[in-house]
Amino acid sequence: MDNNSKHVREPLVHLTRRLNVSARFAWLIRIGAFVLSILVCCLVSCLLSGKVSFGFFFKHLFEGAFGSGMLVRALLRDLSILLLLALAVTPCFEMRYWNIGGEGQAMMGAFGCALIVSYTSGKMPVWGTIVLSFVTALVMAVIWAVIPALFKAKWNTNETLLTLMFNYIAICLGAYLIKKVVPMGTGILNFDSGTLSSLGSGDFWIIVSAAVVMTVVMFVYQKYSKHGYEISVVGEAPNTARYVGINTKRVVVRTLFLCGLISGLVGFLLVSVKDASFLSDSTMQSTVAGRGFTAVLISWLAHFHPLAMVLTSFLVVFITRGATQVGNMARLGNSYAGMMVGIFFFFIIATEFFINFKIHFRPKAEKKPHETAPTEPEQKPVARDPE
Amino acid sequence: MKKTLISVIAVILATIMLAACLAGCGDASGAKKEIELKPFDGIVEQKVNGEIPATFKIGLICLHDKNSTYDKNFIVAMENVQKELGLKDEQVIIATGIPEGAECKDKAVEMAEAGCQVIIADSFGHESYMMEAAKQYPNVLFAHCTGTKAHTNTDLPNYVNAFASIYEGRYVAGVVAGLKLKEMIDTGKITADKAKVGYIGAFTYAEVISGYTSWFLGVRSIVPTATMDVTFTGSWYDETAENNAAKKLISSGCVLISQHADSMGAPNACEEAGVPNVSYNGSTFAACPNTFLISSRINWSPYYKYLIDCKVNNKTAVKDYIGTIKTGSVELTNLGASVANGTLEKVIEVRKALADGTLKVFDTSKFTVNGEALTTYMADVDDMGDYKGETEAISNGYFHESEYRSAPYFDLTIDGINLLDTKI
Repeated sequence: MDNNSKHVREPLVHLTRRLNVSARFAWLIRIGAFVLSILVCCLVSCLLSGKVSFGFFFKHLFEGAFGSGMLVRALLRDLSILLLLALAVTPCFEMRYWNIGGEGQAMMGAFGCALIVSYTSGKMPVWGTIVLSFVTALVMAVIWAVIPALFKAKWNTNETLLTLMFNYIAICLGAYLIKKVVPMGTGILNFDSGTLSSLGSGDFWIIVSAAVVMTVVMFVYQKYSKHGYEISVVGEAPNTARYVGINTKRVVVRTLFLCGLISGLVGFLLVSVKDASFLSDSTMQSTVAGRGFTAVLISWLAHFHPLAMVLTSFLVVFITRGATQVGNMARLGNSYAGMMVGIFFFFIIATEFFINFKIHFRPKAEKKPHETAPTEPEQKPVARDPE
Repeated sequence: MKKTLISVIAVILATIMLAACLAGCGDASGAKKEIELKPFDGIVEQKVNGEIPATFKIGLICLHDKNSTYDKNFIVAMENVQKELGLKDEQVIIATGIPEGAECKDKAVEMAEAGCQVIIADSFGHESYMMEAAKQYPNVLFAHCTGTKAHTNTDLPNYVNAFASIYEGRYVAGVVAGLKLKEMIDTGKITADKAKVGYIGAFTYAEVISGYTSWFLGVRSIVPTATMDVTFTGSWYDETAENNAAKKLISSGCVLISQHADSMGAPNACEEAGVPNVSYNGSTFAACPNTFLISSRINWSPYYKYLIDCKVNNKTAVKDYIGTIKTGSVELTNLGASVANGTLEKVIEVRKALADGTLKVFDTSKFTVNGEALTTYMADVDDMGDYKGETEAISNGYFHESEYRSAPYFDLTIDGINLLDTKI
């Protein structure tokens, strides 16, 4: 309250930006943080529950993730879906278009697929239904992705808010479809026919190969195509983009079109291949089940690099599945896995801070000229080149 | 400056201590006690005969975890069975938070792969996924509680359904509510024509309809002038919606509330407003000592033991298992402190009459639909997705609830019940 010490004092701590961070250093820190986060997860679990011991935690963590062939397949399948969604939103982020509507876009893809399967299954050949549902899924997701892009291009509206809102509209539309198709049901559409999964049990291979192909395609697209170059210019230097004659508006809409295509693919894979059902109750109780939001983190943590995303999505899926198993075996309730994933994210996000900034403590009794603190917290894509 | 600060802090601390002391004193002087209700004395205990092999494993798939009273009921029953039969933790796998989606099938398959011989799921929407898993693992027994499809799927002998005649428990709870209502009328708190009770349901399904109708019939067996408003939240667990629904009912003149949804939303709203509440799935006395009357609940332990007995001794499990008061599946909790005089004796009397079969909840002489007594009703017992009734449910003067399949199918709106909305 009393402000009698008016002289300028250097703060106890101040931050400076690290400029030339080597990719090796950055990844070493990240891996270290991951290991540390798991150890903290273990420690917290041991402290909070008498049932969990060090051995118990690691045994079930790894068993839950890799315990049997089926579990490994489930892990790879979950990883693929998450990776595809992260791939979908990545070019948007590279362009500094903060599309957090991956959830809704995939949801609309799922909606389109469910719509066609509900109304045409049994009325046309099964392959007709599948192809039509695939195309509809893509179209619906593209529409959902492109509307906010058009708003951005035309009126420069805030895409973060608009894409976020669109997630919830998509959920409501899905809920409406379910009530239309089965007015007195349990709120879930189950498809016995008209889906790819009804033809055979190749669901695992379809999903995983889709993810592999899309990862390679996105990598090439980002690194070696003219489009990829344009995206990064629009993102990093919008004025440069203008001066060299890049049509920014077209790039925005085109990129979101691409994002919609991949999200639509995910929606189709979820409904027609993985689940053979459609659910749209709330964000977490839906076919996409919040993966669209997790994908945002996955993409950001991997610094928008498609190959690094394989690793980050693997880590997230590994922790989720492993911790769920630990929680079930120790009977700790549902929130347990969420807590562990939270600890993991906390560490990883904190790591990014330490990679990008250096902390300086006030040297003892030495007066230094006041340095201009870096006031611009804008993220520089540091690890665009981890090779 | 500093002095002011210190004195402010001192005052705040003093207030907190005073408040704590007052609260403490309040608890000490007016501590309310539950009235103990002993379990029904005619229970035929389910036993597991023979030795349970050390390799035996049982799995339970739950929609939520213990935070939901509904799932807690399943989990606690499983833990009790585990203790009673001396099973190890590795032999009893409980998976919580499994949505009513493809994850359910994944989990069921995972449990079967891990060596579970009996797998149980607890939520209505799990059914189709359990059936899919049952097709893949014909040697594993898949039991789905609250499901409807086992009796029509005869090609899946390893898939079974179960429920309990909880409508009988609700009827008894309704009698307790009726006695409380009568006490309010007798003491002049309300007049007989103002005897309106409120009910919060999750969805407009047969399960909920059967539940509130039986509860209301219990109320009406004591106070014939009683009416009931019913509102739905459209969710099995939505604390805010249930809390608001209770407040809405109370402000529209309901003097007693019950609910069929899984959160503490409604009981808490009742405790706040001082309105008596009949709970479900377990006692809420600890949180609501002034307003809690009674709660009915399903005890799943007898069914778990039945399934284990069937599997261990190579017996075929029945397609539809109906737990009753006699099997120990339908339970009533202790009574709250605020029940009317003579409630305990009446509860024991009604419970015995229901167990003996001398009293029928859905006695057609006790209710009317559109002003007329029912003589015939085709109920939708065979769930073929057509929502068309095909089974005559009324004979011998009563509606045969949970007899042709375990899950409830009473879905009529009887006179005296006013649906404020519907949620399906």
